[in-house]
Amino acid sequence: MSKRILEDSQTATEIVRAGLKRRYRAEKRFRIFGIAAIVISLLFLVILFADILGKGLPAFRQTHIRLSVFFDPDELSPGTLDSADFHGIVKKSCRTLFPEVAGRRRKKALYKLVSAGAPYEIRKMVVRNPSLIGTVKELWLPADDELDMLMKGAISRDPDGRFNVDQLAWIERLEDEGRLRKQFNFTFFTAGDSRDPELAGILGALSGTILTLLITLLLSFPIGVATAVYLEEFAKENRWSDFLEVNINNLAAVPSIIFGLLGLGVFINLFGLPRSAPLVGGLVLTLMTLPTIIIAGRAALKAVPPSIREAALGIGASPMQTVIHHVLPLAMPGMLTGTIIGMARALGETAPLLMIGMVAFIVDIPRSFSAPSTALPVQIYLWADSPERAFTEKTSAAIIVLLIFLICMNASAVYLRKKFERRW
Amino acid sequence: MTSLLPIILVILTVIGFWLGRQRSRKVAIVAGGLDRLHSRPVYHGALTALWCSLPVAFIYGIWLIFEGQIVTSLVVAGLPEHLQSLPADQLGLVINDIRNLVVGNIVSQNIDATIIAAADHYSSLISISHALLAVAMLGLVIIGILLVLSRIKASMRARNQVEKIINILFLICSTVAIFTTVGIVLSILFEALRFFQKIPLADFLFGLKWSPQTAIRADQVGSSGAFGAIPVFTGTLMIALIAMLVSVPLGLMSAIYLSEYAHRKARTIIKPLLEILAGIPTVVYGFFAALTVAPRVRDLGALLGLDVSSESALVAGVVMGVMIIPFISSLSDDVINAVPQALRDGSYGLGATQSETICRVVIPAALPGIVGGVLLAVSRAIGETMIVVMAAGLSANLTANPMQAVTTVTVQIVTLLVGDQEFDSAKTLAAFALGLLLFIVTLILNIIALQVVKKYREQYE
Repeated sequence: MSKRILEDSQTATEIVRAGLKRRYRAEKRFRIFGIAAIVISLLFLVILFADILGKGLPAFRQTHIRLSVFFDPDELSPGTLDSADFHGIVKKSCRTLFPEVAGRRRKKALYKLVSAGAPYEIRKMVVRNPSLIGTVKELWLPADDELDMLMKGAISRDPDGRFNVDQLAWIERLEDEGRLRKQFNFTFFTAGDSRDPELAGILGALSGTILTLLITLLLSFPIGVATAVYLEEFAKENRWSDFLEVNINNLAAVPSIIFGLLGLGVFINLFGLPRSAPLVGGLVLTLMTLPTIIIAGRAALKAVPPSIREAALGIGASPMQTVIHHVLPLAMPGMLTGTIIGMARALGETAPLLMIGMVAFIVDIPRSFSAPSTALPVQIYLWADSPERAFTEKTSAAIIVLLIFLICMNASAVYLRKKFERRW
Repeated sequence: MTSLLPIILVILTVIGFWLGRQRSRKVAIVAGGLDRLHSRPVYHGALTALWCSLPVAFIYGIWLIFEGQIVTSLVVAGLPEHLQSLPADQLGLVINDIRNLVVGNIVSQNIDATIIAAADHYSSLISISHALLAVAMLGLVIIGILLVLSRIKASMRARNQVEKIINILFLICSTVAIFTTVGIVLSILFEALRFFQKIPLADFLFGLKWSPQTAIRADQVGSSGAFGAIPVFTGTLMIALIAMLVSVPLGLMSAIYLSEYAHRKARTIIKPLLEILAGIPTVVYGFFAALTVAPRVRDLGALLGLDVSSESALVAGVVMGVMIIPFISSLSDDVINAVPQALRDGSYGLGATQSETICRVVIPAALPGIVGGVLLAVSRAIGETMIVVMAAGLSANLTANPMQAVTTVTVQIVTLLVGDQEFDSAKTLAAFALGLLLFIVTLILNIIALQVVKKYREQYE
């Protein structure tokens, strides 16, 4: 009898032993799968960042071309600057550089090397300083976006490509004479949108974003905090508060584009607020970020230990005083963290803004809450759709700016959490 | 000037606060010390401030909302007969002209005397309304301040009143979320119902052809408009499925590794790194998908002899999947951590290896939570907009081939509503019908998922 048990247990041990190697292999495989999943995910992140940085960093430098510009007193006189032919002045400067170029078509090809924005730059200089009239000056003027792309190596120097043989020869001569150089692209940070990539900047989109987010912050923070306080501290547990809670949780998961439809249907069609305005954008984003802020706020309030409340109530504070003087200050870091995270989400949000028309081509820099404007992510979307090669670079550069903002916001949220986090 | 009003209001409120507090201190001196007051001077100040700001803010809000409509209808009422009897859209053009004239923009048509008169009327109405508003606001502020100041006494229960008002304000704030939901439902439902008056519901839900370009003029060719949403649904589902095929294995496996195997230090570094993926705006993913991934995939496909569309469902789905990885991994991480250690210890005690414990004990125990997380992720994938707008196609192909271009619900909403449109055409209204459907589907998914996760949490708490 005891012998059988012994035999049985021996066979059992043998079975286990026999399978052990296979099971350990399976264990190892499983671990490798886990590591692989993490590595692949992080690899995506690295590729994404490398791609964006690689494409976008060159956009912060722009090719400029040095021309000797003669501020012709025949063309320019202080009174008639509005009607003066600044295009003609740029063309003349090109011709003095290459006097041998003849023929309409070849001249046109030559003019094409300089940006269409160069005349405006000269105009600005003359308006600022009328004493320039009559002098000759060596000026660095923006080059055309295609030439910029050529200098950055994005377009090949193939005579059958974007540039013909003549143009390539001129470019080579300009290079030899040191008349081409890349300098920091101030235009990108000081201009609004433009159809010409070399003249397009993000300032318009950026100020649109700032105006929109200002509205969002001013509305969503107080309302979010008030709602969180009400639900967590004052509301009685009943059907109504359950309903509110379910409602808020669901709103947090509603697709953002639906909020855009809400904005279009209610704010624009029903209330008649202006289209494309940061005001409406801010309202829509407020509704979108509120659930995030409320949920974070409630978590922060929950984390404040009941002893604080009991102590305050015990020495005679009213419930409202308890909350406002004691609980809220302790929960504030958590609420601020939630708000910053919500704002970061609002900063990157595009779809609802498309719905309310913040997607137009707007050159002017918006200065009021009802002025037509775009936002940074929408600008990215618009540029990504543009066919010009140079806009790809601009898009990536705008993405870099957007990501820098996001990283700063998230880093400050993390810092806040680390600095003020209390373990009770 | 109207944008200055809020600032003036804030200044007046501060003044009101100060006046109330001063008054209360004076009252206290007369009564024989601060401790004779029922409420501290701060509360008297706060009460004054609330009474001078709240009614005014309320009036200002109402005015902001209704001013435009009232002025416009007054202007329209002042227009001559033949202009008033125009159809709504042409009347809209005329009103736009008037508005542009007031602002000083370029006007589309030739301006005649009636329009100029109307524009004058419009601007005079606006200035009257501004003046009225300013007078009303100032009057209310002064009345509010005087009213409270005259009532400040030592026995006044200012604190209780302030607290009551604040409590009501809190309550009102908490209803914003409800109004949002109601607003969403009503605004979408209303327009969607108008769509279903033009196109029968059955045609919309079961039709096999989607081409929303309706003719603007009756004699235009080839654009009768077909609103069968099946191809749009299948496209959405296909992209969501591809996204899930990418994100569920990767997200789940990384969550398992991070919570069960990884060293604490590695965990604190890798987890935030993964979360970065969730923080990147979707427009960036869209750009990445359309300009970096799609050309590569197309070239690769050509190399293998496959005909991959440059707007293939594959690319949009895969990139969307990457975006959702951290979503799945952090949700599964939570639920895996909630599985009691005793279950694991029991399994180890029976001689199971770690991976056997995970596969046969931990995952089955955490399954409801994981399923809930995946459902939430599906609802996100369906509602995700920018990636598909930029990387997926516009044409509604009814196909099961992920290499072809398909379109999604969100893409269609965006293309139908962005740009110039007339608000009454079936084309524009179709966007709201799709929106309604999207809302309903995501709502159902969310409710189920949240319920499942909640039940699961309760099980182990």
